[in-house]
Amino acid sequence: MTRSTTIRSRLLLMGAASFALVLCPLPAEAHLNSTGLGPVYDGLAHFLLSPEDLVPALALALLAGLRGAAHGRRALFALSAAWLAGGLIGLAVSTSRGAVLTAVSFLLFGGLLAVDAKISLRATTALAVLLGFFHGYLNGAAMGQPGAGTVALLGLVSAVFVLVALAAAFVVRLRWPWTRIAVRVVGSWIVASGLLMLGWAIRKS
Amino acid sequence: MRRKSQRICAQVGVVLLAILVLTQTTQAHVEKGEAAGMLSGLRHPVSGLDHVVAMIAVGLWGSQLGAPAVWLLPVTFPMVMALGGMLGLLGVPLPGKEIGIALSAIILGLAVVSEFKPHLAVAAVVVAVFAIFHGHAHGTELPAGQSGLLYSMGFVIATGCLHAVGITIGLIHRWPWGQRLLRLAGGGIALAGVFFMWKALG
Repeated sequence: MTRSTTIRSRLLLMGAASFALVLCPLPAEAHLNSTGLGPVYDGLAHFLLSPEDLVPALALALLAGLRGAAHGRRALFALSAAWLAGGLIGLAVSTSRGAVLTAVSFLLFGGLLAVDAKISLRATTALAVLLGFFHGYLNGAAMGQPGAGTVALLGLVSAVFVLVALAAAFVVRLRWPWTRIAVRVVGSWIVASGLLMLGWAIRKS
Repeated sequence: MRRKSQRICAQVGVVLLAILVLTQTTQAHVEKGEAAGMLSGLRHPVSGLDHVVAMIAVGLWGSQLGAPAVWLLPVTFPMVMALGGMLGLLGVPLPGKEIGIALSAIILGLAVVSEFKPHLAVAAVVVAVFAIFHGHAHGTELPAGQSGLLYSMGFVIATGCLHAVGITIGLIHRWPWGQRLLRLAGGGIALAGVFFMWKALG
């Protein structure tokens, strides 16, 4: 039996097993009131479904990845810790998010990524703390419920941690020059989106 | 061979059936002309042929010029286009933008036909100037809506993908027949530009 035949038969088996699982659904345990885990998933999903938070964090992760593993590690921990700290402070206040500030985040972090800014480790830390604290504060202020909000914040910060870890590690491994350029192109797209976002925000106001 | 194709068909069938079983709730009711999200943003740049040919021409020209222009031009275009879009959103007037868009197809098409190789900065400025016209036209056309950010992201990604299409086609530049074909494509783009100019002036 050749290797490709083995792989194909395994894929077929996995497909059949997945299909059988789909056909035999179990009752959904969707209402997590009893476990208290609901807000964790709320926070996690909030981050993953909010491009205004996700994209700048992704840009920072990609930038840190371009600068190397040490920058990636520093961004990972500094961003997550600052996001949590900012969120906890934000829970005590109530404020609304301004679209202009979101656009500025896009322009700053997308711009740094697009030009492949040769920043120091300290600058990476400072940027991660700035981004994390600012967005965490806005997230916390939007949640506005100290009890469930804190748990949601933990879920959100977990998502930040995982995203930054995966994105930075992915970029650190890139070796071909064109792949690193592709990452910078993503930065230019983030800047372009930020410019349009700024236009929308100013037009609205 | 026949057994193999039957097996592939069966596998595809299983996957399709699984997708059907896992159907999601449709999000079909988007108001017409509303910036409702990423999909409407993705559709916008590909909805006008004048924009499409110019963006693909940027990719083709970049391929002919080689590195670093092959990535610098497609980076320049979306960023400056977004700046033009912002000006359009803010209502800043830009006279003769339809002429500028038509001219972009003519000039970029001719650059591809002649394999014109200027200094990198000159090429970037040419692309940037035309990107302002394209961006402004898009900016004034952008409909109001709730999700401006997602719309903008879709819009920029679609533009970047059009450049990527041009660059991918431009990969044939390494072969002599490919170089001839690219120049022919440039001629087609320039002719399309003449048609757009005729419409803009008419």
